[in-house]
Amino acid sequence: MIVFHYDKTFEGLLTAIFDAYNRNTFPAKLLATDEIEPLFVEENHTVITDTEKSSRVWKGLEKRTMPVTRSMLSYVWLSEIQGCDEMIFRYIRKVLDSKTSIEMNFADEDLLQVRNIAQKVNRERLRLIQFVRFQKTADNIFFAPVSPDYNALPLAISHFTDRFAEQKWIIYDTKRNYGYFYNLKDVIEITLNDMNLFPEGKINEALLAPNEKIFQKMWKAYFKSMAIKERINPKLHRQNLPRKYWKYLTEKQ
Amino acid sequence: MKEEVLAKLQILAESAKYDVSCASSGTTRKSIAGGIGNTAGWGICHSFTEDGRCVSLLKIMLTNYCIYDCAYCINRRTNDIRRATFSVDELVELTIEFYRRNYIEGLFLSSGVISNPDYTMERMVRVIKELRTTHRFNGYIHMKSIPGCSQQLVHDAGLYADRLSVNIEIPTEKNLKLLAPEKNHESVFKPMQFIQQGMLENTEERKKSRYVKRFVPAGQSTQMIVGATDESDNQILKTSDFLYNQPGMKRVYYSGFIPVNSYDNRLPALKQPPLVRENRLYQADWLLRFYDFKVDEIVNDKHPNLDLEIDPKLSWALRHPEFFPVDINKAEYRDLLRVPGIGVKSAKLIVVSRKHARLNSRDLKKIGIVMKKAQYFITCNELAGLNTVSDTSPEYVRSLLLPKKKGMKQPDLQQMTLIFPE
Repeated sequence: MIVFHYDKTFEGLLTAIFDAYNRNTFPAKLLATDEIEPLFVEENHTVITDTEKSSRVWKGLEKRTMPVTRSMLSYVWLSEIQGCDEMIFRYIRKVLDSKTSIEMNFADEDLLQVRNIAQKVNRERLRLIQFVRFQKTADNIFFAPVSPDYNALPLAISHFTDRFAEQKWIIYDTKRNYGYFYNLKDVIEITLNDMNLFPEGKINEALLAPNEKIFQKMWKAYFKSMAIKERINPKLHRQNLPRKYWKYLTEKQ
Repeated sequence: MKEEVLAKLQILAESAKYDVSCASSGTTRKSIAGGIGNTAGWGICHSFTEDGRCVSLLKIMLTNYCIYDCAYCINRRTNDIRRATFSVDELVELTIEFYRRNYIEGLFLSSGVISNPDYTMERMVRVIKELRTTHRFNGYIHMKSIPGCSQQLVHDAGLYADRLSVNIEIPTEKNLKLLAPEKNHESVFKPMQFIQQGMLENTEERKKSRYVKRFVPAGQSTQMIVGATDESDNQILKTSDFLYNQPGMKRVYYSGFIPVNSYDNRLPALKQPPLVRENRLYQADWLLRFYDFKVDEIVNDKHPNLDLEIDPKLSWALRHPEFFPVDINKAEYRDLLRVPGIGVKSAKLIVVSRKHARLNSRDLKKIGIVMKKAQYFITCNELAGLNTVSDTSPEYVRSLLLPKKKGMKQPDLQQMTLIFPE
């Protein structure tokens, strides 16, 4: 078995592809730099991430693939699913080895799998756009905690910068402990040290803007009034609004 | 914002909730400097109520006072309910504050009719004008057009709203007269024509100059109540089909009748709203809009009502066994769409994938085709089509595909039961 070690970055992965073609040996497994190798390794190679090599691979992809394929690959990378790097590796190899375009061949297992995972990540991105709930703080920043299954927050940020261009906001991924702060000009990646500011997604009441409570109350009242008693359908409700998102939804508190 | 506004919000949301539409699609608008928000183009649902319906817009009435006395409506003047009226400022502030917290995509403004249609409409237009001009609100606005109002007011509304709608409510005029003696179909179709006319003129003007403001960019929609009167599905779908053939008509909604005024004996006494029928009508609606079906193929004089047990596409397939089996690797896109178990997305995937290799049933399953249904209607590589509807019979396939009744376990014929004497 041939294994490659790399630093688990996207550039590293692209460099690994470069090295594989350069050495003409293709790994059966991709491991982190210090990960313990499985038994029966005949050959190993440690990839040294090199942006020049990685950008050459990316340029090659730009020549051969449609934009949608490349965004699919980055979505799969952000899924953080175990083995997603090997999936991307196999996909890129198939694309590079084929003389004709194969991106639309969904009868191929690897290609279909990449598409399906990209779709799942995209769904998570859409759910962020749907279910983010801002709470206004005393210093006029709109704050929203999230905890998506996949690391889809970077994909949703452009939507929020366009939509809420005239207000300061923070969207914070509590699961991965990082977030984005928009200061009316730029979006900055931030990490908060004090996670106790918002236990269970609710900002400390002393830090809220004076009107915030009443608007939350109104939204909850509105949400409750909207339901039609005669049509109550808990199964459909949970299907459309899965329980894992309730934690941060104002109307479900 | 005080408790008083909260009370108004509850009353007026309660009154507005029976309107089905909550779409926020059809317009794309980037944010502008100094303005609030944008419009995504594809609808975004921000929440879902306990009955599973999407909450996209702040669906609210300006007032629930009404001079009319329509039997199906909760806000009829003879009903003893709490009444309230929003001021323009209250509603504008509420919309913007909700929008800033990502609760909603925009506003869906409706109203009861006070003193006369023009007076009401004018006040509604004031709200959306204030939002768009003073606050430069860039989100989605859907406004109801009041039946019987003047063309000028419809025109004003259209400059600020993304979508306008007028509800037909009852599909035939005879029954409308029965339940709402003060209304007629003309008062509904008139504003619809105004909107349509405005849109057509606007398209012409925009050809000359692209700086002309868009008029109702997301088109119009309407709604029909199902099950309050004795119309057949044939009559309902023919009406929808007629409406869809008008330019600018984007959606017809169906609302299963909920007996809000059960004391009125002109209305049928229902234990439950006809939810299954409503669902079948939506399925038929989808066939009209996305599956290239003609309305006569779904319902006609011979089959005036939709089959409640199976969906309309399967129902059509079983009536036309001669059309099947469809060869997955050869059939045209529009023929693939006719196969039960294949939707728009999977049909498209089939078309692009089969260029590379012949597809077999395993591929189809992975692509996402519902083989449980589709297997009786297709042939592909190794699936020679032994069990297809044309080889067996429609009745047989139907019996296989009927949903199993829950709670009634099929007796296991191979296992003998043991009965011990007392």
